[in-house]
Amino acid sequence: MTVKPNSFRTGPDERGFFGIFGGRFVAETLMPLILDLEKAWEEAREDPAFHAELKDLSIHYAGRPSPLYFAERLTEHLGGARIYFKRDELNHTGSHKINNCLGQILLARRMGKTRIIAETGAGQHGVASATVSARFGLPCMVYMGAVDVERQKPNVFRMKLLGAEVTPVTSGAGTLKDAMNEALRDWVTNVENTYYLIGTAAGPHPYPAMVRDFQSVIGTETKEQFFAQKGKLPDTVVACIGGGSNAIGLFHPFLDDPSVQIVGVEAGGHGIDVENGHAASMTGGRPGVLHGNRTYLLQDGDGQILEGHSISAGLDYPGVGPEHSWLKDTGRVAYVPATDKEALEAFQICSRLEGIIPALEPSHALAHVLKMAPTMDKDKSIVLCLSGRGDKDVFSVADHLGETM
Amino acid sequence: MTETRISRRFAECAAQGRPALVTFVMAGDPDLETSLTIARTLAASGADVIELGMPFSDPMADGPAIQAAGQRALKGGQTMTRTLDLVRRFRESDATTPIVLMGYYNPIYVRGSEHFVAEAKAAGVDGLIIVDLPPEADDELCLPALGAGLNFIRLATPTTDDKRLPAVLANTSGFVYYVSITGITGSAAPDATKVAEAVGRIKRHTALPVAVGFGVRDAATAREIGRNADGVVVGSALVAAIAASLDADGRATAKTVPAIGALVADLASGVRAARLASE
Repeated sequence: MTVKPNSFRTGPDERGFFGIFGGRFVAETLMPLILDLEKAWEEAREDPAFHAELKDLSIHYAGRPSPLYFAERLTEHLGGARIYFKRDELNHTGSHKINNCLGQILLARRMGKTRIIAETGAGQHGVASATVSARFGLPCMVYMGAVDVERQKPNVFRMKLLGAEVTPVTSGAGTLKDAMNEALRDWVTNVENTYYLIGTAAGPHPYPAMVRDFQSVIGTETKEQFFAQKGKLPDTVVACIGGGSNAIGLFHPFLDDPSVQIVGVEAGGHGIDVENGHAASMTGGRPGVLHGNRTYLLQDGDGQILEGHSISAGLDYPGVGPEHSWLKDTGRVAYVPATDKEALEAFQICSRLEGIIPALEPSHALAHVLKMAPTMDKDKSIVLCLSGRGDKDVFSVADHLGETM
Repeated sequence: MTETRISRRFAECAAQGRPALVTFVMAGDPDLETSLTIARTLAASGADVIELGMPFSDPMADGPAIQAAGQRALKGGQTMTRTLDLVRRFRESDATTPIVLMGYYNPIYVRGSEHFVAEAKAAGVDGLIIVDLPPEADDELCLPALGAGLNFIRLATPTTDDKRLPAVLANTSGFVYYVSITGITGSAAPDATKVAEAVGRIKRHTALPVAVGFGVRDAATAREIGRNADGVVVGSALVAAIAASLDADGRATAKTVPAIGALVADLASGVRAARLASE
């Protein structure tokens, strides 16, 4: 039985756990480095100069704050709650990933690291990592599953333009989890000079907490902006969940506001009932240990990790950040799936009604909003994190819709 | 800790004035029956300790050779139950060669640590090496394993400094596995001088035998590394030899078992010569 905590915002504990989730399950070679990283992060977090530099870059380089936009035509179309978009797709590089990358590159520099490695699924984190590495003059190696390299060609070329090296990973199924395995192998080999820039709020402690803190700018701005517009808190906040970094960034500042309903939307793929046909680790998985943390995982009965499936390369990951697993078990956040088909519909509706082509990842969150908004009163408000733009997805969406380009 | 098959075997090797040869193969690679025959062949050809890999879909600390071995085993239907069966059957004809299961935590976690250590002990397992369980996580599996009478063998690495070594060694038993390089299994050969220094450093902190692995692929390296270590671990080279002996569909051939026997005999001659050479 789970005891309800007094606050949902105090985790993790000193060993890096959110309840039973999180921790530091890594090889001994990495352990001293992870402890160094934790120390460096704790020092940076208390250093006003670190925050000042990050804020300056966020404003002048990334384009923060991102607007909070009232989606008027979508609201009219659905005839229920008022829908707002937190427009993190307008950030430099086209997604929320830059928030975390700017924070971590400053930390890498502070630690004296001279080489950056990163994993990427859809390529958004790879592009953001390549971008900040270019900005700070550090060589960057991006590991990307060979399957994803194929389905996200524009982002592969972007990374190369930015001076990064992209290594296609063919081991395993050649998707995001295999890219992460390969990045960990690189890190364990080049531990002295290399900084591993993890893209989501997962991995060994302190990454889940650190990435959350860098992404919390999303929720903090949302709270201020919504209050400035409406003089109150929103009734519901919604975000998509792969590893869950944009979601934890939006959710965390609202966790101790009990009036705010919080919903995370996982990739339901072909459907939750289809074996290995979705990437909804919390709705359809069980707790396990992978990539340095304990969390909900897609796995078989023998503890072998499944590949999962999603139309969105960015949600196609068999795990999820450990804080989400804890928020699920405590009941503070509701996690629901949206299928490939529902996300594709939402993608098109948003493009036509709002003139905004969303990425396939937040299209999942939008798909849930399409379901819930009509059931809510017109004086209620929903904020959706529009975490990325859909330019990268137009080719694959055309493919799914049977259009030739 | 009381005497175990592992401590007895290292003591026997020390009495013979040589390091122990520790060999790693993946359980179920390329299939269950062949891997049982391989395990028996390892013992018959001069391996002193057998490490059996528990295949895992996401072996983050392993190089291509051992990754591929795990995938072959999983494709062949290997499960944890079968791995424990393999040990049980090995024990029917060999009561003395220590068996150490090596792998990653998740397949054990989903089975339940307490349940797993009892099953492993009953099957005849002597020790565990779990790559992704540092001493900070000792309550997960290490303490239950020690409670069940299994050795828990910890990896020490070039990044484990003197400050951290006592924590790493605190609950370690059986032997200490020194990872000779920062890297994954099957990487470049280690620098013997640096390894000797590191082994000396570890031995100042513990009375346990220290075995050295990662990057040892032939009798010459085994001999070189074995001069200053209590054991030499060979894994990727054996697994690669298995891979090279398979047919186009990944099935065992008549060459598979003899290839392993020959390689292990050669490695065994290497460790037996380690202290003979004039230094």
